[in-house]
Amino acid sequence: MLGLGVDRLQADINRLLTSLFHQGVLDEQFLQLQQLQDETSPTFVYDVINIYFDESEKLLRSLRLLLMDREFSDYKKIGLHLNQLVGSSSSIGARRVRNVCVAFRSASELNNRPGCLRGLEVVEHEYHYLKNMMHELFQLEQQRLLAAGVRYPM
Amino acid sequence: MVCEMETDQQMEEMDVEVLSSMWPEDVGGTEPDNQFNVEKPAGDSDTLKEVDIAEKRTMADLKRLPDLLNTTDQGSSQLTNLVKQWEYMQDHAVRLLREELKILTKQREEAEAKELKIIEEHNFETEEPENVPVLDESSDLFRRFKEKKRDKLVGRKRIEIDEEFDTVAYWKQKALSLEKMLEASTERERRLIEKLNESLKTMESHSAPVEELTQNLKRAEGFLHFILQNAPIVMGHQDKDLRYLFIYNKFPTLREHDILGKTDVEIFHGGGVKESEDFKREVLEKGKASKREITFETDLFGSKTFLIYVEPVYNKAREKIGINYMGMEVTDQVRKREKMAKLREDNAVRKAMESELTKTIHITEETMRAKQMLATMSHEIRSPLSGVVGMAEILSTTKLDKEQRQLLNVMISSGDLVLQLINDILDLSKVESGVMKLEATKFRPREVVKHVLQTAAASLKKELTLEGNIADEVPILVIGDVLRIRQILTNLISNAIKFTHQGKVGIKLKVIPEPSFASGLELNTDAEEQNGLTETETSVWIRCDVYDTGIGIPENALPCLFKKYMQASADHARKYGGTGLGLAICKQLVELMGGQLTVTSQVNLGSTFTFILPYKVAASNDHSDDQDEFSDMVDHQPEPDDSTEGYFQFKPLLGSIYSNGGPVIGNNFLPHKAMLPSPVKLMNGFVADPSDNTGQSEAVQVENGGYKDEPRLETHRPETAHQYENGNGRCPSKESESCSSSQASSEMESEFTVSSPREDVQTEAEVKETSKQPKILLVEDNKINIMVAKSMMKQLGYTFDIANNGVEAITAINSSSYDLVLMDVCMPVLDGLKATRLIRSYEESGNWDAAVEAGVDIKVLENKQMSVRSTNRLPIIAMTANTLSESSEECYANGMDSFISKPVTLQKLKECLKQYLH
Repeated sequence: MLGLGVDRLQADINRLLTSLFHQGVLDEQFLQLQQLQDETSPTFVYDVINIYFDESEKLLRSLRLLLMDREFSDYKKIGLHLNQLVGSSSSIGARRVRNVCVAFRSASELNNRPGCLRGLEVVEHEYHYLKNMMHELFQLEQQRLLAAGVRYPM
Repeated sequence: MVCEMETDQQMEEMDVEVLSSMWPEDVGGTEPDNQFNVEKPAGDSDTLKEVDIAEKRTMADLKRLPDLLNTTDQGSSQLTNLVKQWEYMQDHAVRLLREELKILTKQREEAEAKELKIIEEHNFETEEPENVPVLDESSDLFRRFKEKKRDKLVGRKRIEIDEEFDTVAYWKQKALSLEKMLEASTERERRLIEKLNESLKTMESHSAPVEELTQNLKRAEGFLHFILQNAPIVMGHQDKDLRYLFIYNKFPTLREHDILGKTDVEIFHGGGVKESEDFKREVLEKGKASKREITFETDLFGSKTFLIYVEPVYNKAREKIGINYMGMEVTDQVRKREKMAKLREDNAVRKAMESELTKTIHITEETMRAKQMLATMSHEIRSPLSGVVGMAEILSTTKLDKEQRQLLNVMISSGDLVLQLINDILDLSKVESGVMKLEATKFRPREVVKHVLQTAAASLKKELTLEGNIADEVPILVIGDVLRIRQILTNLISNAIKFTHQGKVGIKLKVIPEPSFASGLELNTDAEEQNGLTETETSVWIRCDVYDTGIGIPENALPCLFKKYMQASADHARKYGGTGLGLAICKQLVELMGGQLTVTSQVNLGSTFTFILPYKVAASNDHSDDQDEFSDMVDHQPEPDDSTEGYFQFKPLLGSIYSNGGPVIGNNFLPHKAMLPSPVKLMNGFVADPSDNTGQSEAVQVENGGYKDEPRLETHRPETAHQYENGNGRCPSKESESCSSSQASSEMESEFTVSSPREDVQTEAEVKETSKQPKILLVEDNKINIMVAKSMMKQLGYTFDIANNGVEAITAINSSSYDLVLMDVCMPVLDGLKATRLIRSYEESGNWDAAVEAGVDIKVLENKQMSVRSTNRLPIIAMTANTLSESSEECYANGMDSFISKPVTLQKLKECLKQYLH
């Protein structure tokens, strides 16, 4: 909070990111995002991730609705949803979500309903984990920015 | 058994229940071989234990013992006891005899009463005949007889006479019966005598005191043996010269003649002997019984601890004649006790450690709380505040009239003040909770002083002269926590300015010898070593005076000057404002750095705050290094002798501050925020995403507040950029954060092998702008991907149109000409492969028939079927997710020119664009 905290917070952020990379939750694409953030779009990463979460939420809800329907057979629609999810996940570098989505998608391609249900479960789990981590990351980031904003009036 | 029974019988006979015996009665030792059986009182069974007493073990100087008994108090009291006991017994016997006598008397009385009765009966019986006296003589005789008979103690039975009264037979009979009565009486008399004799005999058997005493003594002895036979006790008596006269030892290792007549020292050798001897002597001298524990370390019985009780012995003339001594072996107990003590000690130590730990935990908790407070503070106060200040700063860059600008400046400075207050509180809690860490950096004291003064001068609104005076011997470069030192200086200076209305305020620096209070100073060196400064550097003590010609501080206010939230008086607080935290923080900071902060003051003449701090002297030859670390002011005014200049003065500049066109120096002092040239960019960041998310607005705002540093620094730079090569001149307070952030971003860049950092990109973009801006179409259905791609394109300096699916793409291509199409493969409605095929067929045939066949709504297309660019092949780049259905072969087969595998990176995109746009 005194400018000293900035380093600590930055270290925390880096640590968190490192661990996320280690776990394979994120991949280099996320760094791409960060790199794209500049002074003209200072909240780029935050915005993108937020939109990603909004969109993914909708997709997951829709997927769940589709799969919960007993007389359901529209695997193609599921595939489309999953394509979306895979695409956006890989775009933001959410590797694990992407990977489990791919698995889910192959289950849907085989019209394997139990596989799909399991896939959905896993995707949701990964998605929520990612969301939590991102939340934490942004909070740290926010704190760091606040700390960086501390100035002594001189 | 027999023995016991005998004893019991004896006891019974003796019947000494009243006697308070010295010895328990069931103990006896009458047999010559000293064997006796005792029933154990609280034994587990009825078994009788054979107890063996070996009298021989007692070593005694038999000749001297009676002597002793006779001459000492103890001895005579023993005898007295015995005598008393005997007397009791005699008393008892007398009482018994008396009782016997009483019984006899009673019997006699009874007998008399009976006789009287008989006589009365007889009288009654003889009433009739007697009334008729026939013969005077005879009647007289009879009467006499009768009287005589009454005197006699006999005559109980009524004499039954059957014969007629006064016949011969009658008299005969009467005589007979009387004779019988006489006989009975005689018999009784005899028996009485017998009984008397008997009782006499028993009395005789009781009457021997010596025998009894002997018995008692025997019992006493027996009891003693019984008690002592297994006790680990040594008893003894020593004379005035501490020579043993008598000793009892259960486990004798020495013979009688080895001990008697000798002293301890003569008998034993080794540790403790002397001590015990001294102790005994001491008791003898003081005449007071006492106990002591002595550990012996002798060859004879090894290491043993004895509890020794020694009491002086007096003779009847109250003269000391020696000591009684009793020792008990307590080695085990002592060992146990020591163990206990050790355990207790350990316990205490553990407890102390525990409490220490609790304290640490408490401190940690405090720290956590402080941290919590930091977080809360930042969220609750800082975010809205930075919003306010940020907006105000933006506002200050717009066109304002003089009054508005003044108001705005007040607004900003107030905001800064609140920020300062928060910082103060946080600082304080940080220092107090011990989490404040010092950082060791190289800095130039002269510069620091100058900057502090410059800064103060910039915001000066009074007619004051600010001066700095640095002694020549002060090193050019020292090592310390420059941020904190600056903070202290700033605080003191602003304090001085606040309370000074005319005259001057200044800072004086000089080197002093090591002060006395810091003789054992390790704190600072420790702190610095922690910071990795292990080079050998000489340290120097610098005294810094911050003086003013202000209102001064009354003497009675000095003590509470450094206390928190305290100001010299409530009056001052009202007049001058402030948090009252500043000096407390300064003091704590100075002390944290191993220095001392003091104050001297005279009312109405001014005050001087002095702080003494140790610094390490750094070698001043590495100038290349400090360029980065030091503040912008040097760079702004690169005078050659700046680093060694020892005197600065800042004359009042009143009036220049509020006008934009003031002197150059005034401009320099103005806060940067007043000169922000491009608010648009800031606004841009602020309103970057005006889309749906109202919930985010706060976060965005906050981040914006944090981000505003960057553009300011960047945009500020170009004016003076020619003056210094590396654009690193930054305000030191922001040094760390800007460093870290740039460092962080550079790390990311390096990981990415992006060949050109942002500047290059920008130049590239500029170059692009001069030539014709290529038109790009992005066909993508995924919002996220669009966003990312958009951002990348922006960085690369391109813009593009967006189509959300193949149909839209065809529509777009039809209505306008593009230089490049980036086509997502997997899309709803019409996927990328099909769309490409249709586009290719359109290029070949010049019509959209294929598209119409495929079901694309062509109504709009038909009108503009003949496009100018139909002959040119439109580069279409696929964006694939590299799954089986999106293989590169398929892409090529469908007429695509190239492909970018997803996720798209800046590098890939750049290469691709390079290839197809030139």
